[in-house]
Amino acid sequence: MKKLMMKGVEAIGEGAIRAGCRNYFGYPITPQSELTEYMARRLPEVGGSFLQAESEIAAVNMIYGASSVGKRVMTSTSSPGFSLMQEGISYIACAQLPAVFVNVVRGGPGLGDIQPSQGDYFQATKGGGHGDYRLIVLSPSTVQEATDLTMLAFDMADRYRNPVLIFADGLLGQMMEPVSFEEKEVTYDNSAWALTGAKGRSPRQVTSFNIDPYGLEKMNMELQKKYRQIEANEIRYEEYRTEDADVLIVAHGTVGRIAKSVVKMAREEGIKAGLFRPITLYPFAYEALSNYGEKTKLVLTVEMSSGQMLEDVKLSLCNKTRIEFYGRMAGVVPTPEEVFAYLKSLIGRQ
Amino acid sequence: MEYNVIYKMPDALSKKPFTYCPGCHHGIVHRLVAEVIDELGIREKTIIVAPVGCSVFAYEFFNLDGTVAPHGRATAVATGMKRANPDLVVFTYQGDGDLAAIGTAETIHTANRGERVTTIFINNAIYGMTGGQMAPTTLLGMKTTTSPYGRSPEREGYPVHVCEILKELKGVAFLARTKVTTPKDVLTTKKYIKKAFLAQIKNLGYGLVEVLSTCPTNWGVPPIKAMQWLEHNMVVEYPLGVFVDKVGEDK
Repeated sequence: MKKLMMKGVEAIGEGAIRAGCRNYFGYPITPQSELTEYMARRLPEVGGSFLQAESEIAAVNMIYGASSVGKRVMTSTSSPGFSLMQEGISYIACAQLPAVFVNVVRGGPGLGDIQPSQGDYFQATKGGGHGDYRLIVLSPSTVQEATDLTMLAFDMADRYRNPVLIFADGLLGQMMEPVSFEEKEVTYDNSAWALTGAKGRSPRQVTSFNIDPYGLEKMNMELQKKYRQIEANEIRYEEYRTEDADVLIVAHGTVGRIAKSVVKMAREEGIKAGLFRPITLYPFAYEALSNYGEKTKLVLTVEMSSGQMLEDVKLSLCNKTRIEFYGRMAGVVPTPEEVFAYLKSLIGRQ
Repeated sequence: MEYNVIYKMPDALSKKPFTYCPGCHHGIVHRLVAEVIDELGIREKTIIVAPVGCSVFAYEFFNLDGTVAPHGRATAVATGMKRANPDLVVFTYQGDGDLAAIGTAETIHTANRGERVTTIFINNAIYGMTGGQMAPTTLLGMKTTTSPYGRSPEREGYPVHVCEILKELKGVAFLARTKVTTPKDVLTTKKYIKKAFLAQIKNLGYGLVEVLSTCPTNWGVPPIKAMQWLEHNMVVEYPLGVFVDKVGEDK
C-alpha cells in the first residue's frame, strides 16, 4: 500500500473522507485547526460540504441536522470547544444519531494551554453532557492508528446509531508519520430512519424529547440495551510483552506509546514489564485487564492527567494487585526516562 | 349529490389536535404554514425543526418529517440539514426567547450566510412554556414573573427588534413582520410565509416572517383583550411591514 507522510490531524481528515464523510462543520481551535483547514480544502474536491460555524455550539447542532437527514458527518475540536458541544452531543446520543467527533485534547481546566493532555477522559467516557448516555471512545497512539480508527468510527457510528469520539491529543495531532489508507468501498444506508421527507410513508421524527416519563424511560432502556451490545462487541486493547509480565503498565493514546518505550527499557534491565493499552476507552476492557490482578505484582497506570483512567483500572483489578499511578498534567508530556525511573523506584531498583 | 371540497384541513397538518392555550396564535400560524406547504406542493420534501418553548411539539402537529432542536439552535440544525441535503425544504419554527435570546448568534449567522432555510418567528413578548418570564422582546414597563416591577431599560435593556437587525444582513432574501389579529392580517401573513419559503426554494437566501402573537395565559388577560393589547402596544413597538423582499411577486 502506498504510504503518505501526514500530520496526525490531516490523516484523520483524510481517513474521514475515505470513509465517506462529505459533511464537516467546525470552529477553529488550537491544536487542531489544521484538521478544520484540511476539510475546508479537501471536501469541495470530493463534492462535499464544509462550513465554518459561528461557534462550537452551532457546529454540534449542524452535526445534529446533517446526521438527522442521514449523511455521514464529523467535527473536530479541542477541549474547551468540546465542552461547548456537550449539550448537543447529549441530544445526538438520545436521538440515536450517528456522528464522529474528534477531540484533540489540550491542557486544562479552563482556558488551560495548547499542549497535549488526557485530562478530558472523564468527560469523554463518563457522559460529559446531561443524562444517561455514552459515546464510543477510541484512543489512537499513532498517526496510522488514528487514521484506521477514524475510518472505523464512521462504521461504528452507523452500526449503533451512536456518536463516536476520537480521543487524541496535541502530540498525536501535530506529529507527522507515514500512513497508508485501507482501500475499501464505502456503503452506508440510513434511509430506514433518516429525515428524507415524508414521501409515500408516514412522517418520521428524530427526537430526544418525550414528555411522558414512562415513554422517556423506554427510550433510555433502548439506549442502555445498545450500550450493553457495544460493551459485548467492541472492546479493543493492545497487549505488549504481557505473557510473563509481573509489572504491568496501563496507558492509552500517546502515553501508551511512551509506555511501550518504558517496557523496552525495563526488559533490557531484566524487569519483566508489559503494557496494556486500552484502545476503546468506552467500552473499557475491564474483564481483560482484570486477569492481570492475579498475574502481576504491580500495575502502574500512566496518564497525562491526575489519574482519571486510573479509576477504571482500579475497578478492573479490585485491589487484587498493587496499583500505582504516575501522571503529568496541564500539557506536560512524561518522558520514557522519568516513567522508567519512577517504575524502578516502586520496585526498589536503582 | 356530489359535493365539491372548498375548505379542508391542510395535508401538511397531522390530525393531532393542537394543545395550545385558548386564544394563542400558534394554531393560526401552524395552519397558514401548512396551507403554504400544500400550495407549493412541497410536503413530501419539507422538514420542520421545532424549537424549545410552547411550540416544542410543533413537529407532531405537522404531517412532515421533523425534529426538535436544542433551545436556540433550530437554525443551526436546519443549516446542517440543508447543507447535507440541498434537495430538502427546511423550516424552523421559533419563539422570541429561542430565536432572540439564547439563539441570537445562530439567528444572525444563519441569516448572514443566507442559508436556504425559512424561519417562522413567533414574537409574543414573553416566555410561554416556562411560565411567563421576561423575553428579549418584552415591552418596556411590561410585568413578567422575572420583571415583576416592569421592564426598565436601565435594568433589563430595550426590546430587541429582530427584523430591524436582520434587514442589514445581505444574506436575507425575505423579511417581514406581521400579525394575525384580523382576517386581513391572516391573509397578509400567509402571503409573507409563502414568500419566505419561496426565498429558499428559488435559492435566493434566508427567509424569516415575524408574527406578533398573543399569550393570554401569561399576559393574564382573556383572548379578546390580548388581541387588543397586541394592537395597541406591540404594533406600536414593533412596526409591521416588509423589510426585505428579493422574491418579488409570484407569477
